[in-house]
Amino acid sequence: MIFSPLLPALLLGIGGMVLLLAGVLTKRDSFTFCSLAAVALLIVAAVASAVAPDGVLFGGLLKTTLFTRFADILVYLGAAMALVLSLDYNRRENIARFEYPILVLFAVLGMIVMISANDLMTLYIGFELQSLALYITAAIARDSLRSTEAGLKYFVLGALASGLLIYGISLVYGFAGTTNFVALANILSSGAGYGTVIGIVFVLVGLAFKISAAPFHMWTPDVYEGAPTPVTALFGTAPKAAAMALFLSVMLGPFGHLTAQWQSIIEILSGISMALGALAAIGQTNIKRLMAYSSIGHMGYALLGLAAGTEAGLQATLVYLALYVVMSFAAFACIIAMRRQGHAVEKISDLAGLATQRPGMALAFAVIMWAMAGIPPLSGFFGKLYVFAAALNAGLIPLVVIGVVSSIIGAFYYLRVIKVMYFDSGTPDFDATPGSVRFVMWVGTAATALFVFLPGPLISVAYAAARALMG
Amino acid sequence: MPQIGFPILSVITFLPLLGVFLLVTMQGDDAAVASRARIVALVTSLVVLAFGLYLWSAFNPALPGYQFTETAPWLAGLDIGYRMGVDGISLFLILLTLFLTPIAILASGSITRRVRGFFSALLLLETMTVGMFAATDFVLFYVFFEAVLLPMYLIIGVWGGEKRIYAAIKFFVFTLAGSLFMLLALVWMWRNAGSTDMVTLTHTPIPANVQIWLFLAFLASFGVKAAVWPLHTWLPDAYGEAPLPGTIMLAAVLSKMGAYGFLRFAVPMLPNAAAAAEPLMFTLGVVAVIYISFVALAQTDMKRLIAYSSVAHMGIIIIGIFTFTVEGIEGALFQMLSHGIVIAGLFVCTGVLLSRGEGLVLSRLGGLAARMPAFAALLMLFSLANLGMPGTSGFIGEILVIVGAMKVNFWVSLLAATGMVLGAAYMLVLVRAVLFDKFTRPELADLPDLKVREYAMLLPLAALVLWLGIYPSNFTHVFDAPVAALVQAHTASLMSHSALAMVTAK
Repeated sequence: MIFSPLLPALLLGIGGMVLLLAGVLTKRDSFTFCSLAAVALLIVAAVASAVAPDGVLFGGLLKTTLFTRFADILVYLGAAMALVLSLDYNRRENIARFEYPILVLFAVLGMIVMISANDLMTLYIGFELQSLALYITAAIARDSLRSTEAGLKYFVLGALASGLLIYGISLVYGFAGTTNFVALANILSSGAGYGTVIGIVFVLVGLAFKISAAPFHMWTPDVYEGAPTPVTALFGTAPKAAAMALFLSVMLGPFGHLTAQWQSIIEILSGISMALGALAAIGQTNIKRLMAYSSIGHMGYALLGLAAGTEAGLQATLVYLALYVVMSFAAFACIIAMRRQGHAVEKISDLAGLATQRPGMALAFAVIMWAMAGIPPLSGFFGKLYVFAAALNAGLIPLVVIGVVSSIIGAFYYLRVIKVMYFDSGTPDFDATPGSVRFVMWVGTAATALFVFLPGPLISVAYAAARALMG
Repeated sequence: MPQIGFPILSVITFLPLLGVFLLVTMQGDDAAVASRARIVALVTSLVVLAFGLYLWSAFNPALPGYQFTETAPWLAGLDIGYRMGVDGISLFLILLTLFLTPIAILASGSITRRVRGFFSALLLLETMTVGMFAATDFVLFYVFFEAVLLPMYLIIGVWGGEKRIYAAIKFFVFTLAGSLFMLLALVWMWRNAGSTDMVTLTHTPIPANVQIWLFLAFLASFGVKAAVWPLHTWLPDAYGEAPLPGTIMLAAVLSKMGAYGFLRFAVPMLPNAAAAAEPLMFTLGVVAVIYISFVALAQTDMKRLIAYSSVAHMGIIIIGIFTFTVEGIEGALFQMLSHGIVIAGLFVCTGVLLSRGEGLVLSRLGGLAARMPAFAALLMLFSLANLGMPGTSGFIGEILVIVGAMKVNFWVSLLAATGMVLGAAYMLVLVRAVLFDKFTRPELADLPDLKVREYAMLLPLAALVLWLGIYPSNFTHVFDAPVAALVQAHTASLMSHSALAMVTAK
């Protein structure tokens, strides 16, 4: 079948529309049904994606390879986990609207298009589809001032990023004469003029906004804090993975011959992100803001692999990204479990004494925090090991030193969370955690803690995916 | 090469995790769980110790290389494997860990809060430490080396004394900062050799100008762990604030990780840099021995005094390693064992006082010899061993180091020997203040002598002190082959290329 490489995306699109109809036509509250159906769709899409063949579709507008499927599955995973987390939370916060899972599905569809894009136009369409859907999800708690503010902020800054991106695309088109990736790669293989380079820089900045790499990170802490936590969990996983995959495929695809031009920009982005992620997180008292800064830092580490510009670097970034997605949804599961007397609490100090009252949850949270700090034997360490190794091999010694110093500083604030849970006395008196949240928490924690025993499969798949992109 | 039908090193390393699993899954009310947790932890550690003794009995001391090796693929495509093995250098460090873990478990009488969490952390610590000594792949080594931090951080922070949080975070950040530099060195050496197998790494030459940088990275990491002056400042806090079993593991086992790292990585893999750093390391060692001994003399708290004496002894070990002579290195290894046992004994003695509700301030103790003769005799024995009395384990290690240093540099050996005199001074101050002076307070006269549990901790330690002191060759003959090979390789690699070729051809 000609569409078989795109079968997962088609499933999502058609499924999403059917669910939308079902949601509109039924009189009863269909949030839970739609959410579960969306999760099921995502799982089916992930399975379909795992076995889908490579292909180039629609006259070269879309292209699927092992690389895109790898990123797709990360997106499905992140989105499915975020939806599971929303099941109970949205109900309790009175935002259990059936549109939410459907919006998530369309956002995921946009990400898939974006990841598989083989043309700057499809890239932009996918980018916009996911952004528009995500703006609404950020403001889904429309009666909450913070959520609305987060949605608006995200929209304004996101629109700016989209503007920069499309401006960059138009420049590239104007100077290179095509938007197709393959054609661009051919044309740019003999060098590029200033116009094209400026266009590339704009594209790069637009993408940097999406992965919240410093200095284009300003929206992240506010949006992370303001959006309902399951939405934050979504932001922290699926779009990050998708935008980073897009970043990789654009930089190493059509602009792959211009490494010399963009490499230093990526190095700067990576260095600033790592340093800022570590330094700015120190003063935070809100756990969601802390996660926002931590995500900025993590994107810096992931970019380190891209800055290396080698196959090993790409593999390292993919490994890092996969491990980060898992850590991230587990961390947000822990944050969602922080509810006292029916209200969500978000202060780090609210965790005081957790280890005495809820040893299991404290252990899970501690494992995730240590993993994020990159302490072996937890999975985060291996991510760091791979990116540092790739960057050192590429000779990026100053950047690696920044990375190491940031890791030490970062360890300090991750440790602080553990300190509050284990060493401080207090009575968090959290409400009982629903099974769905516990499930996500423990799946993520177990994967993070036990990765050390079975690292092979992920690493070899990431290697093959990197090969697929680099050709 | 002796092989047993099962992967004994992995069994020893990961068996404590089974204990952790049992502890975590225990059901019942708190008191019942606490008492059962003690038994489960103790039995687990004793079973592991039994495996360790079996390992010793099956070990062939004539071979210089790794024995009981295990290999399994681990990180795909990178030639990073799960590689385990043991040689004469690591054998006794593993045994020391296995031997001290049950003692630490017995010494945890004062732990009454979150008991099973504590024992889980202690068993986890055992796994990480043994794994670190048994790893023969650099990445695997690094993983275990760093992972030691996790349980230790919790042990200090949750069950420690008043300033535990400060001590725990300082400990963690100091060691993490050091280790991350080692990570960079690791990555460089990995690229250089194309493998992280430690045997391959040892035989891959590294340009001399790079060696200096790598050595500094190792110094940052192992120096912090071994508490080499001036990187030792985390140590008195951590030792002082950790609960007694934590202090025992820190002082007796964890401090050896740094010295082991020097011996395993810095010296054999970076021979030129190690030789060039010899004056620096001697200076650091001598400063540690003399300056820290004076600091120890000034302490008013028994636990802190012992902690500083431990830093001073680490100085001796560092001097021994960097003599690059068979005597010096064997002396350092012997001193590592002896120091582990002696310091554990001394800390258990402080635990005896603590469990009787006494503080450790020296001026508030005194005259205990009259009412606690058994305690006094054992404390006396450990103190004498700590100051290097002939007939005890401390003497053999120090004399070997001094002989080794004499071959290289008279002044270093003289100054190191001064350390023995100063050691005698502060240990005698300790003994006098605790055991002899007059009763400072009437309550001291009513303290009961040792109980069965305390005998169970102190007598095996005392027996080992005497065994090591009276018949050391049971231990040294295991060191002979690997240390001789190490020294020979070191000398060879410092010679010119033609000479190197001759040595290899031979």
